[in-house]
Amino acid sequence: MSNRKINMKEKYRLLTRDLDWEYSYRDYKEIFPQEEFEGIKITDWSKWEDPFRLTMDAYWKYQAEKEKKLYAILDAFAQNNGQQNVTDARYVNAIKLFLTGISPGEHQAAMGFGHVGRQLGGVGARVACQMQAIDELRHVQTQIHAMSHYNKFFDGFQDFSHMHDRVWYLSVPKSFFDDARTAGPFEYMVAIGFSFEYVLTNLLFVPFMSGAAYNGDMATVTFGFSAQSDEARHMTLGLEIIKFLLEQHPDNVPIVQRWINKWFWRGTRMLALVAMMMDYMLPNKVMSWQEAWEVYFEEAGGSLFKDLARYGIEMPAYAKTAIAEKEHISHQAWSIFYNYGHAAAFHTWMPTEKEMDWLSEKYPNTFDKYYRPRFEKWREMEAAGERFYNPTLPMLCQTCQIPMGFTDMEDPTSTFYRQSEYDGERYNFCSDGCKDIFDHEPEKYVQAWLPVHQIYQGNCGGPSMEDVLGNYYKINLGVDNMDFHGSPDEERWNMWHNLESAENKLKRAS
Amino acid sequence: MSIEIKTATLEPIRHTFEHTKRRFGDKPASRYQEASYDIAPEQNFHYRPFWQPDKELFDKSRTAVVMEDWNVHKDPRQYYYGTYVQARAKLQEVTESNYAFFEKRGSADRMSEAVRAKIIRCLVPLRHAELGANMNNMFAFSYGTATVVNQGFLYNAMDRLGIAQYLSRIGLLLDGNSTESLTLAKEYWMTDPAWQGLRRYIENVLCVKDWFEVFIAQDVVLDTLLYDIIYRQFDEAITEQGGSDLAMLIEFMQEWHKDSSRWVDATLKTTVEESDHNRTTIKRWVDDWREKAVADLAPLAEIAVGDTAMAASLDVLNQRLAKVGL
Repeated sequence: MSNRKINMKEKYRLLTRDLDWEYSYRDYKEIFPQEEFEGIKITDWSKWEDPFRLTMDAYWKYQAEKEKKLYAILDAFAQNNGQQNVTDARYVNAIKLFLTGISPGEHQAAMGFGHVGRQLGGVGARVACQMQAIDELRHVQTQIHAMSHYNKFFDGFQDFSHMHDRVWYLSVPKSFFDDARTAGPFEYMVAIGFSFEYVLTNLLFVPFMSGAAYNGDMATVTFGFSAQSDEARHMTLGLEIIKFLLEQHPDNVPIVQRWINKWFWRGTRMLALVAMMMDYMLPNKVMSWQEAWEVYFEEAGGSLFKDLARYGIEMPAYAKTAIAEKEHISHQAWSIFYNYGHAAAFHTWMPTEKEMDWLSEKYPNTFDKYYRPRFEKWREMEAAGERFYNPTLPMLCQTCQIPMGFTDMEDPTSTFYRQSEYDGERYNFCSDGCKDIFDHEPEKYVQAWLPVHQIYQGNCGGPSMEDVLGNYYKINLGVDNMDFHGSPDEERWNMWHNLESAENKLKRAS
Repeated sequence: MSIEIKTATLEPIRHTFEHTKRRFGDKPASRYQEASYDIAPEQNFHYRPFWQPDKELFDKSRTAVVMEDWNVHKDPRQYYYGTYVQARAKLQEVTESNYAFFEKRGSADRMSEAVRAKIIRCLVPLRHAELGANMNNMFAFSYGTATVVNQGFLYNAMDRLGIAQYLSRIGLLLDGNSTESLTLAKEYWMTDPAWQGLRRYIENVLCVKDWFEVFIAQDVVLDTLLYDIIYRQFDEAITEQGGSDLAMLIEFMQEWHKDSSRWVDATLKTTVEESDHNRTTIKRWVDDWREKAVADLAPLAEIAVGDTAMAASLDVLNQRLAKVGL
């Protein structure tokens, strides 16, 4: 028998699409009950273009090779105490934020893609989503393994999973993913597949991994390189879902536009955490947040939305506000965390003189004018032994759950503030973007588990800060939290490197 | 003589994560433990799903079986992603060389027309059933509660897609890539009376809302029967008829089924032994689906092997269930 040659595309079709069949014992709608309620119209699943053609045998083979290399390096890292080689112990706080804030999001993404990987009616789309589901499980698990060694030498990693369910600032990423997962399958795809993985990934995943590369963190950066080809697949899936939905029916366009608006803003708010990480938590800076934003959102995102214009899709609403905020957001977010440094499971600090100069240079319009004076004041207070901590509980935005601290871009000295009324109650928002999201689906956002409200209602272990932070959040008080200066992390680091602590230097100087 | 490289030792401040320590004690934990236990969110969910407003995300009430703590489960294979893909990569390497050998040897041509036709009628249509199994396991993955349980379903789902793809390749090996075998196999799947029972069974399981019941109907009842009928009994029958080279093409499925059964048995056992309530609930599902499966699979068993095949497979299933007291 002489074998005919089958091309890749045809072969992949036979090995995926052709597996499906038309149900006759049960109704399609019984098997895919979630496909219609969002108002999205799918006329023909066969028009789905496979974003990548990877059969399972090839998947196992490539991924196993990647895993083998990754774990060999993680083993070597641990064996050689690679944690000693990071630029400076302050850096490690960036990856504490990653493990407590982002890795559980990877887990959520795995569940979410698994859900749509079952619920979408088109087999091509299902299979692509399933592969992303298992990739996302890979990411959460390899991140845990990459940071497992740091956990043995630094404080703040140890209870990441418990904390993710409870701690006030971790409700920002948690509510983000809860929001996407509780939405219908198509909104989930636009939220996570497109807005998050395609539009914003270079502003989230890449800054953390580049930060690791610039700061001698071999474990994390190796994970980053290893995950790169997974991420590339995820991006092509994100783009395909958008094109598919827009091409299926004109009625989908306004729905998709609204989702893009919502998830762009939701994502932008969450990125405030990344912005402060880039500008404040990396001893060796990769680039400023503003520069990253300009390259990855304004240029790359700009041309993406130009490309989508032919479908009738416009730039996300409030993109202008987000662009104006690029010169402010990192400084404001770091101020919030510095204020509440006693309530965080990582350390905060004031930048050194040299770092402030870098910030002045990178943010010529804003840093010296709005932020440097405040930071210098806080630094003086610290030097006088009165490190500033804000003892009050902040008001949180009902949508993004970040403390209300972002300012009006028309007047960067006054806090931005909006309110809505729903069912006789008033709700507060940090921005028009967050208020719009609430106003469109108030019945959803009134359900939010707002950490500060929960503390006041007595649902977080008791009335005192010790009850909440120590017992309920399981932060080791005086160890995981407070300023980096004087922390056990700093002390151990200095011991490893025979360095003198800042405190001792001060003592000696006086 | 041994050599000893001196390394600087730093005393760690803790052995593992706190949640791992609470569960397994204050000692270094395995990668399986750190990556599998207690990493799923458990409380303080923000919003209820639009697609199921009476439940939370990770809601334990998505199944009627009850576990005080779902994290008491353990996969005896200790699969997390890394160990899973490496185990499958090994299996696929063997499979790849088997398939290459089959092709190089011209094994398809050495089979009689009747044997080839029988494989296309009795084996290749399973590619569709495996897609159903993929969806059913994906369902269980996405609605379960604890990662240590859920991840097993995700791996199983991906395995089933892989098996569906291998079955399709068997078709292509037999028809010299003309794709006729796949067209024919689909026709059998859609219209051949011998296949309609299985197709009905799968379509019925696709409508089940309780994810643990899906596990029972698909991975416990159906797979035990079907894998015994096809990958043991049919393999033997086809060997007798001069088709022994088929063994090379289905080794993956046989090895996979052994591997997967360890996880299926452990998951079943832990859940059944938790309480009388679970035992009764699962018993009811088993009885219900076993009865359907026997009726639905009998025509296929008969054309593939013969009239004693169904009873033989039922014995295998009953023995397996007896081990967990069902």
